[in-house]
Amino acid sequence: MAMSNSGIPQHWRTMRERYRLLGARCEKCNTNYFPPRNVCPKCRRRGKTTQIEFSGRGKVFSYTVINASSRAFERYMPYIVGLVQLDEGPRVLSQIVDCKPDDLRIGMEVEACFRKIFEQDDGGIISYGFKFRPYDNSWAKDFDGEVL
Amino acid sequence: MGTTEFGELWDKGLKDLAWEAGVKAVEAAGIGGKDIEYIVFGNMSGGLFVGQEHVAALVADFMGLNSTPATRVEAACASGGAAFLQAYMAVASGMYDIVVAGGVEKMTDVGAGQAAAILSGAMDYEWEAYFGATFPAVYALMARRYMHEYGLKSDTLAKVAVKNHYHGSLNPLAHFRNRITEDEALSSPMVADPLRRYDCCPVSDGAACTILAPLDVARKYTDTPIVIRAVAQASDTLSLLGREDLCTLRATVKAAGKAFDEAKLSRKDVDVVEVHDCFTIAELLALEDLGFCKKGEAAGLYGEGQTYVGGELPVNTDGGLKAGGHAVGATGIKQIVEVTRQLRGEAKNGRQVEGAEIGLAHNVGGTGATAVVAILSRR
Repeated sequence: MAMSNSGIPQHWRTMRERYRLLGARCEKCNTNYFPPRNVCPKCRRRGKTTQIEFSGRGKVFSYTVINASSRAFERYMPYIVGLVQLDEGPRVLSQIVDCKPDDLRIGMEVEACFRKIFEQDDGGIISYGFKFRPYDNSWAKDFDGEVL
Repeated sequence: MGTTEFGELWDKGLKDLAWEAGVKAVEAAGIGGKDIEYIVFGNMSGGLFVGQEHVAALVADFMGLNSTPATRVEAACASGGAAFLQAYMAVASGMYDIVVAGGVEKMTDVGAGQAAAILSGAMDYEWEAYFGATFPAVYALMARRYMHEYGLKSDTLAKVAVKNHYHGSLNPLAHFRNRITEDEALSSPMVADPLRRYDCCPVSDGAACTILAPLDVARKYTDTPIVIRAVAQASDTLSLLGREDLCTLRATVKAAGKAFDEAKLSRKDVDVVEVHDCFTIAELLALEDLGFCKKGEAAGLYGEGQTYVGGELPVNTDGGLKAGGHAVGATGIKQIVEVTRQLRGEAKNGRQVEGAEIGLAHNVGGTGATAVVAILSRR
């Protein structure tokens, strides 16, 4: 399978989007897309897409707990996969971490974090990218400095 | 038309399965192999399941028809349905008279984890499977959302499985022929919450074959040709990310609308239905998206046996994908074979829908990026 034995370029090609949660924005109709698209499906040739970096904030739109995975993810089971609606509009699929399955709710606020996605067998590459965790702003209560 | 048994068939390879279904189809149609002008075969991933690409020419060769043009069609789990549309177009265009539409998949030579990885190629690899999503997981995301929006309970999902296992018990070629209870379904292990083992179809080996011809040609071979009233296909985003509504398969809605328009029939005319129940939730979504009930109301069809043989709208009379089995590239054709059996009155063991005149088959690829709807009638 591609995931367990493919070459480096396949992973390298999508690295920037996966590391920084980059999508596309159509300047004509102001629609944001994830994953990035070369062409806006609404405006097609009349549209113009540019890159956009999402804030990483969003809400859980749906979720599941996986108890049977493909081989590359067996060591992480059980793990949570969620569909997250970003504040900027598009939905993103990834794992939800730092959260017990019983505490998960549709509508729960989450934020992107940078984590390991999987490791290839036999000393192959280790892939990193965004996952989501419950949004926690409790630190702000005692913080009187300026948020830069 | 004909199918092999669906199941874990360790002693049969890809060629054996395709050949067996082909022989059954040719014998049932009373045609000679040399009458066949074109072969279309659905196959999702011979390359990854058994290391074999170029499947259609291989199949043609082992059917003893090695100069007959043969093409493989791939649309994930809708490969069979898509092959059926290609064969239909080949006949309708007037280019060929006698065309084979088949499908085959040999899935059980690999382990469960590898099969899961191969099947996850039917979604967006880079932005879904890459992050750990499996096939049951993406349908679980749909199921969870549907529960949230429409208040669906797990016991309705269990009722779908119980019904399909009951129909499977009447089908000697089904992968699972055991009946189950709602309690068994509800206490089976969780695969991807809220979907349990009995919400998921199996990974099967199998093949199916049909033969298409213009009606006047078909009448030379049989007194009971089944008429293809419409075949329609539609596409949608490959991933769930771009779907506004997780509780509907837009490709199904589009393909069904087009098929019913073309056939000049209404939903009420349909006597028997085969839908793509790769997961129990998918059967509920399908009945709504095909227009047999309103969105959010499919659970209402599972209270009093309406979807059983003998009910108002018998669904998946061969056990569907859930119990009948899901050999991905063959499934779309297997559905056509079951509808044809029903319309000819040839379904045995108490699963014949009495007086079935019009039937519908609904085949889905991935999470709904491809949908094919075919409507057939007895005259």
